[in-house]
Amino acid sequence: MASTYDIDIGGESAALEARDVSVYYGEKQAVKNVDLVIPPNRVVALIGPSGCGKSTLLRCFNRMNDLVPGARVEGEVSFHGQNLYAPVVDPVEVRRRIGMVFQKPNPFPKSIYDNTAFGPRVNGFKGDLGELVEKSLRQAALWEEVHDRLGDSAYALSGGQQQRLCIARTLAVKPEIVLMDEPASALDPIATQKIEELILELKRDYTIVIVTHNMQQAARISDYTAFLYMGELVEYGPTEAIFTTPREERTEAYVTGRFG
Amino acid sequence: MSPPRVPLGAGGRGRDRRRRVAGVMFAVACTAATMVGVVALAVLLGDVIADGSHRLTGDFIGSFASRFPERAGVKAALLGSIWILGLTAVIAFPVSVAAAIYLEEYAPSNRLTKLIQLNIANLAGVPSIVYGILGLTVFVRALSLQRSILSGALTLSILILPVIIMASQEAIRAVPHSLREAAYGLGATRWQVVSLQVLPMAMPGILTGTILALSRAVGETAPLIMVGAVGFLAFTPTGGVMDQFTVMPLQIYNWISRPQEEFHELAAAGILVLLILLLTMNATAIILRTRFRRHH
Repeated sequence: MASTYDIDIGGESAALEARDVSVYYGEKQAVKNVDLVIPPNRVVALIGPSGCGKSTLLRCFNRMNDLVPGARVEGEVSFHGQNLYAPVVDPVEVRRRIGMVFQKPNPFPKSIYDNTAFGPRVNGFKGDLGELVEKSLRQAALWEEVHDRLGDSAYALSGGQQQRLCIARTLAVKPEIVLMDEPASALDPIATQKIEELILELKRDYTIVIVTHNMQQAARISDYTAFLYMGELVEYGPTEAIFTTPREERTEAYVTGRFG
Repeated sequence: MSPPRVPLGAGGRGRDRRRRVAGVMFAVACTAATMVGVVALAVLLGDVIADGSHRLTGDFIGSFASRFPERAGVKAALLGSIWILGLTAVIAFPVSVAAAIYLEEYAPSNRLTKLIQLNIANLAGVPSIVYGILGLTVFVRALSLQRSILSGALTLSILILPVIIMASQEAIRAVPHSLREAAYGLGATRWQVVSLQVLPMAMPGILTGTILALSRAVGETAPLIMVGAVGFLAFTPTGGVMDQFTVMPLQIYNWISRPQEEFHELAAAGILVLLILLLTMNATAIILRTRFRRHH
């Protein structure tokens, strides 16, 4: 059974590693004893039907579940070998080093510039803020579209642009890992394609964990795919293997569209 | 495309008409209900203006109360009301907003928090005279603040605290959760999330609640009588917050309870002054609100 979710990451040390992680919302167990290794500088996709616990699992990686009343995380999540849930660890620092992009674009009701600069500012960035904003917007492939109207409200942007702004905002904090929770699910196909190209671009510098309910998307952009079902990790492996030669029947049923 | 089998307006005529009539009747009933308030206010205002407008002069604003109606004015009462209001706002606003932030952003959701919440909701419904008794016991006597503006303002602050707290909580709760998550996700601390995202967004709602609460306070009479507002005062507060005071509603009541017609006219003029004060406050609220909206 263990072999169904082992991947060979060679000699590299894991960027993130979940060991026997369970998450409870009150009495309800949303994630059940998951073991998962995230290799550095790769894109890992978490797929599965609605309510399978993939978003909940993702939120364990930057202690976002701490903010949900009644949520409880058991097991160990380590970041380059260090337990994120150790008492000495400050969740604020965790979230700075492990950034997150959310399902619906959620820019602040501020200008494009102030949105991008928010993270550096709250983290006491000392340096050329304007330069950092430009670099972040360029990284998110948004600079060309907004460079002449940085003072405009972020709400004036289209949904796809807003989401790229949210990615730029996350990158401006210089995280080591970027978690993405269905970042394109609220976007049209063209905007989605831009986000996907961006993710492939970002892979060089960042480790990316992306939750998606779009299997084609997982197939297109990820190196490894984890299939979750009813809170359990059913299968984890190289994306190609998951989609072409899955070892588990449930995985095969899901990726071939028989349910979900 | 083939023509429709049933032309428009052909089928079920009677039923359609009944539905239409019911719709119109409902609209008329709702309009009539709205009119009750508007008409009542218009009649009241017209009556007061007819009685009091000719008394509303610079002398009226600038003179103290007097036994002689032609020399009487609202100076002491108007200044007293402004003093009391200003001080009440300064005391009640920060305390209420801090309490609302605590309850919404910091308090653990347990029995104690629920009890506090329930208490606040109940306090908003306590008759104002009870606050007067509290003010008399605690501020005037126990804390020896005497019958001062400070005692009055503290009493009114306690009176409107629950109203502002609840309005502020409402406004804070209305800030989308996704914005908090976004800020936390960028490594902001709880204080940074609250001060940089939540409060600025909630501020228009908080200000509206505050001004509404202050509008209630400006009309309060009973608790201020308890803490010793005086009916007749021939000087303005000069010694600051420890001075004796009177307020507009009390002055109006004082005039109305006299038998002479002239004093009733003065009361009407006083009501007009109070209304202008209220309208000014509401206008300020709207200006502050739009200014905050533009910024965010």
